[in-house]
Amino acid sequence: MGVARYWREIPARYNLIGKKCGVCGKVYFPPRIVCPKCRRKSIGKMEDYKLSGKGTVESFTVIRVPPPEFEGKSPYVMALIKMDEGCYLTGQIVDCSIDEVHIGMRVEACLRRIQEDGKRGAIYYGYKFRKAKE
Amino acid sequence: MREVAIIGIGMTKFGELWDKSFRELVAEAGIQAILDAGIEGEEIDALYLGGMSTGRFIGQEHVGPLAVEVAGLEDLHLPATRVEAACASGGVAMHQGFLAVASGMYDIVVVGGAEKMTDVVGGEATNILASAADREWESFFGVTFPGLYALMAKYHMHKYGTTQEQLAMVAVKNHYNGSMNPKAQFRRKISVEDVLKSPLVADPLHLLDCSPITDGAAAAILTPLDIAKKYTDKIVKIRASALACDTLSYHGRKRFDSLPAAVEAAKRAYKMAGIEPKDVDLAEVHDCFTIAEIIAIEDLGFVEKGKGGKATEEGLTALDGEIPVNTSGGLKAKGHPVGATGVAQINELVMQLRGEAGERQVKDATIGLAHNVGGSGGTAVIHILEAI
Amino acid sequence: MAAIVGYGAYVPRYRIKVEEIARIWGKQAASISSGLYVFEKSVPGIDEDTATISVEAARRAVKHAKINPKEIGAIYVGSESHPYAVKPTATIVAEAIEATPELTAADYEFACKAGTAGMQNCIALVKSNMIKYGMAIGADVAQAAPGDALEYTAAAGGAAFIIGKEGIAEINDTISFTTDTPDFWRREGEPYPGHGERFTGEPAYFKHVMNAAKMLMEKLGTKPSDYDYAVFHQPNGKFPMRVAKKLGFEKKQIEDGLLCPIIGNTYSGSSMLGLAAVLDVAKAGSRIIVVSYGSGAGSDAFDITVTDKIEEYERQGIRKMLENKEYVDYATYMKLRREFE
Repeated sequence: MGVARYWREIPARYNLIGKKCGVCGKVYFPPRIVCPKCRRKSIGKMEDYKLSGKGTVESFTVIRVPPPEFEGKSPYVMALIKMDEGCYLTGQIVDCSIDEVHIGMRVEACLRRIQEDGKRGAIYYGYKFRKAKE
Repeated sequence: MREVAIIGIGMTKFGELWDKSFRELVAEAGIQAILDAGIEGEEIDALYLGGMSTGRFIGQEHVGPLAVEVAGLEDLHLPATRVEAACASGGVAMHQGFLAVASGMYDIVVVGGAEKMTDVVGGEATNILASAADREWESFFGVTFPGLYALMAKYHMHKYGTTQEQLAMVAVKNHYNGSMNPKAQFRRKISVEDVLKSPLVADPLHLLDCSPITDGAAAAILTPLDIAKKYTDKIVKIRASALACDTLSYHGRKRFDSLPAAVEAAKRAYKMAGIEPKDVDLAEVHDCFTIAEIIAIEDLGFVEKGKGGKATEEGLTALDGEIPVNTSGGLKAKGHPVGATGVAQINELVMQLRGEAGERQVKDATIGLAHNVGGSGGTAVIHILEAI
Repeated sequence: MAAIVGYGAYVPRYRIKVEEIARIWGKQAASISSGLYVFEKSVPGIDEDTATISVEAARRAVKHAKINPKEIGAIYVGSESHPYAVKPTATIVAEAIEATPELTAADYEFACKAGTAGMQNCIALVKSNMIKYGMAIGADVAQAAPGDALEYTAAAGGAAFIIGKEGIAEINDTISFTTDTPDFWRREGEPYPGHGERFTGEPAYFKHVMNAAKMLMEKLGTKPSDYDYAVFHQPNGKFPMRVAKKLGFEKKQIEDGLLCPIIGNTYSGSSMLGLAAVLDVAKAGSRIIVVSYGSGAGSDAFDITVTDKIEEYERQGIRKMLENKEYVDYATYMKLRREFE
């Protein structure tokens, strides 16, 4: 993966900056180009919007056969997470035992290494989730 | 719009075909179908070939002309198009072929689907398949394809009480059906215990909940219904061909216990065919993972949402059940060469509707449905066929 | 004037016990633990490195300081385990706390004192009115060759300090003591550091820490009893206790800042985490002396007085954070350290 492809997503990947439709107010993450509700009315009105980073696990799985970029990292937990702003995303759950993860678990975002381009290439950072303190 | 019929089918054996190249597979399935239809090369007007990722599996894009070449049809300068919709590439190629014939543009169209998946090794196939998911917002973070379906499974289990055993029963049934299909990759019968004892791939999915990596190709010949009679008296009519899309990502969907694109494609297909789910005699559904079949039979309206696991357990979808599902062995046992799958499903339905399915023949099968899904549900394509 | 406006600390939750490491190498854990006064050390998660630890510390510092990150004019990250040899950790931090693009940023390396070197720079920039706020971070995922004596202590963690004109603790003065002393090093391209074994003691750690402390107290006319708290760099639990005794400090002055026995040596994070732990418990008016040490070699000494603002500052509770831990065995430790990749 080229570095530009990673670099241009940094605001979303580091800080969960998504989009908010300036017409209907709905928040989207991952960022969207048009609001699927307001469509043409939303053109030019999709504003940056930073998510709180808090969410709830809606479903999860344990990846035991990882893709090549994640070899040596398995097993790890991937979850479907509903963010408090109402949007959903897919993220890894870290810093807790697999048995602790459950549907309904409250989580918060943190920044971690996601993958790297081999030993000599760039390191790609991004959001993962851990059990929320609240 | 003209009515469209299928007058010929062809399919290679599915499996790890070490001695067969992509081009040999395409040629074998295509020639079989042409011979089955009894048509001459000169009669063919166009060709559509479904392939998910030839570029990454064999480093070869531009496979339209390759298909023309392997069939020896280059002097005819046939219009050939490669169609891509991940695991629904074959089904979407069928849809393209249907549109071309129905519109009156072409009279005889060859639809093919092929994937040569074993020329890459190790985790590379997993990685290529993961490109059917959202690379930027799903795969990037480490979720695999089995992982996405595992999220669906967990969600379904949590919401409806679907059990691991019920998931396993899908695999058991499809392996049983596959044992009677000479072209299936797996012809051994398995038990629920075998499934649950197989290694976990992505909890709760075990290895035997997953369809395999497969090489294979399939083809079908489409013509307008009124011309079909010229070639065969075992005519299978396409009563509906419907395609629907959704978000690329699973997390972007409106529902997580269903594939909304499949629900919509089914709605359109039933309307086009003028039938209801209960009119369907048998179905080939996209069981890339066991949970996918449970969700499919719900999405297709065979059972109520949430009852798919129970229905499977009760034998509704068994070969002798009310609606036999995946009589071919499905993706699970027959194998899943991704680009070929949609066309392979059509092969099975045509055989059943012609009464040529041998040991696994469904009695008095008149209406068959094929449900082919791309990715985690970003694309769904449904065909309804009828023996006339 | 310059002051600490806010601070944030982060230590990964994984721990390995000295006895588990000793078990692998057939050593006696009890004698190692008593010799080093270290019982367990922190271990980074498989996806953690100096950048992610720095981001954690920085985000906490910004949150507790309640400042607008866009007003941070400088970020310095001191570490000897930057994830890149060339490409700054500081820019990753700057982006992750949304301080970009109007600021200066750089990575520092001076063994275990690179973080406090960054603090001195921030102090200078603030005092000269070049910036409103500066952020200095000391963080490491310290390397140690399997089987080396360093393996019992080389740990992971870091702390971030925001420096401004006014804040929860005024920095009265800072001085440094620096010489060319090759007691510990890591060559370019090498994965693990080398060291001069017992040479790292008297002519290195003790000489520099004591000289820096004495110089600072001499300059300010203070004596050990004037300080409520003292923090000395903690390569192990023993050295800071011995240096405190030699300088005339009492045990209770260093207790609150002494984290090494339960987390190991977090290298560039070490003295800064110690200071953060002290700020967690200090009261308005408390006076603190901090002396870092970096091999190679040098010490930075700071004289700090806690202000009234500490009372309304929401403190992080570092020792509480350290209670959330999970022990790993040696094989898992190696996996988490990505030694198998």
